[in-house]
Amino acid sequence: MQEIILESADFNDAITRMSRQIFDDNKNIKNLAVIGIHGKGVVLAKRIIDKIVKLAKDDLLKIPFGTLDITLYRDDIYKRGADIPLIKETAIPFEINEKNIILVDDVLYTGRTVRAALDVLMDFGRPRSIKLAVLVDRGHRELPIEANFTGIKYPTKQLVKVDYDKNIVVKI
Amino acid sequence: MLFNRKDLLGLEFLDKKEIQIILDSVKPFKSLFMRSVKKAPTLVGKTVVTLFYEPSTRTRTSFEIAAKRLSADVVNLAVNASSVVKGESLIDTGKTLAAMNADYIIIRHSMTGAPDILARNLDASVINAGDGFHEHPTQGLLDLYTIFEKKKKFENLKVLLVGDILHSRVAKSNIWALTKMGADVAVAGPPTLIPQGIEKLGVKVFYNLDEALKTADVVNILRIQLERQKENLFPSVHEYVELYQLTKDRLAKAKSNVLVMHPGPMNRGIEISSEVADSVNAVINEQVTNGIAVRMAILFLLKPKANKNAYSD
Repeated sequence: MQEIILESADFNDAITRMSRQIFDDNKNIKNLAVIGIHGKGVVLAKRIIDKIVKLAKDDLLKIPFGTLDITLYRDDIYKRGADIPLIKETAIPFEINEKNIILVDDVLYTGRTVRAALDVLMDFGRPRSIKLAVLVDRGHRELPIEANFTGIKYPTKQLVKVDYDKNIVVKI
Repeated sequence: MLFNRKDLLGLEFLDKKEIQIILDSVKPFKSLFMRSVKKAPTLVGKTVVTLFYEPSTRTRTSFEIAAKRLSADVVNLAVNASSVVKGESLIDTGKTLAAMNADYIIIRHSMTGAPDILARNLDASVINAGDGFHEHPTQGLLDLYTIFEKKKKFENLKVLLVGDILHSRVAKSNIWALTKMGADVAVAGPPTLIPQGIEKLGVKVFYNLDEALKTADVVNILRIQLERQKENLFPSVHEYVELYQLTKDRLAKAKSNVLVMHPGPMNRGIEISSEVADSVNAVINEQVTNGIAVRMAILFLLKPKANKNAYSD
């Protein structure tokens, strides 16, 4: 059974508000870079970038954008069954040293994905800072990790899915 | 995606879908090579043992780099070739490695089926790094990956293997995999070095290299093992060079975008001329780079059995 926990009107508002907060937090916009975690953090990251570019009122502004796959850094790779996920591309086509990086994922739950993503980033260099943006915070953390920018908080142990076609979030 | 195997023993035993999964998995590993830190922690705490009963520098080193870039611990077992001929001692060696909790064993052996014996008796993942005249699956896979990277397809692609097909495990692995992926495979070489009945695998046979080269999209030149000449399988090195060396003149008559491959180590001036080996058509160094990425993908995909202490005979 699916239950909508974020309607499409609020969905767009949540992303706009997060983007505004990120924009306000990064006065030196030239140092900002956004990296989305595969799978759906990538889609959210692109939307956030679009909104920030609009807020900056600068058509020539190019915010460096990267994607990141955590498969090789997972801590449960040995528990996997027959279905190994196909590894997606980690593409960070810019120097991350001295950048203020916004790491984007759609749902924050145990914190293990973010832990792995931080380790991936460290292997690319030494950013000035990394902050985390998530659309849904499900609570139930297993590691000491918190988001800096959050769309909604919705503590649940049930699976939460973000639907970018309908612009809604559902609980399954 | 479904890839549920403990061992990689040969490409004969994989289906088209599994080969495709392996090839699709390679790119992320290759992109690691461009980073400042070329390692990922995927296999941290795991032990990879290389067990080579035949001399090899390239393949063993390639596996070692692949395992190290995935953060595994690598142990190279130097095996005195003369002390190991019998199956019993191979199983004994396997037992020792099982007792040491090796997670992955990479074996090269002069006898066909040696990796299979280990695989059946151990919980560790066994990877065949060449067995007898049988198969060399990771070389086959890296050849396929290199072809796919350059030509973007297998369907109806004309791939020609040249030289000693009879003794070449590289050729066998290439033939099994390429025919499964839909390529048109042909072989060319002296009749004494082409196995009888190879046509049954769906392979076209040429004894004349110039004729075979005309339509080829890819030419994979195999190493001539000079000791074969002592077995009278070809009259002389000079004659082999005359008839089967890939020279600049021969290459000029092939398609302009033909891909020239060689599994190494090359005998420059015997099966391939120096000019061809260094030509723009040659992707021999890229094969080496791809070999590491392919072996990383294999180590990532294979699953050793969980209980490593249990040894069943």
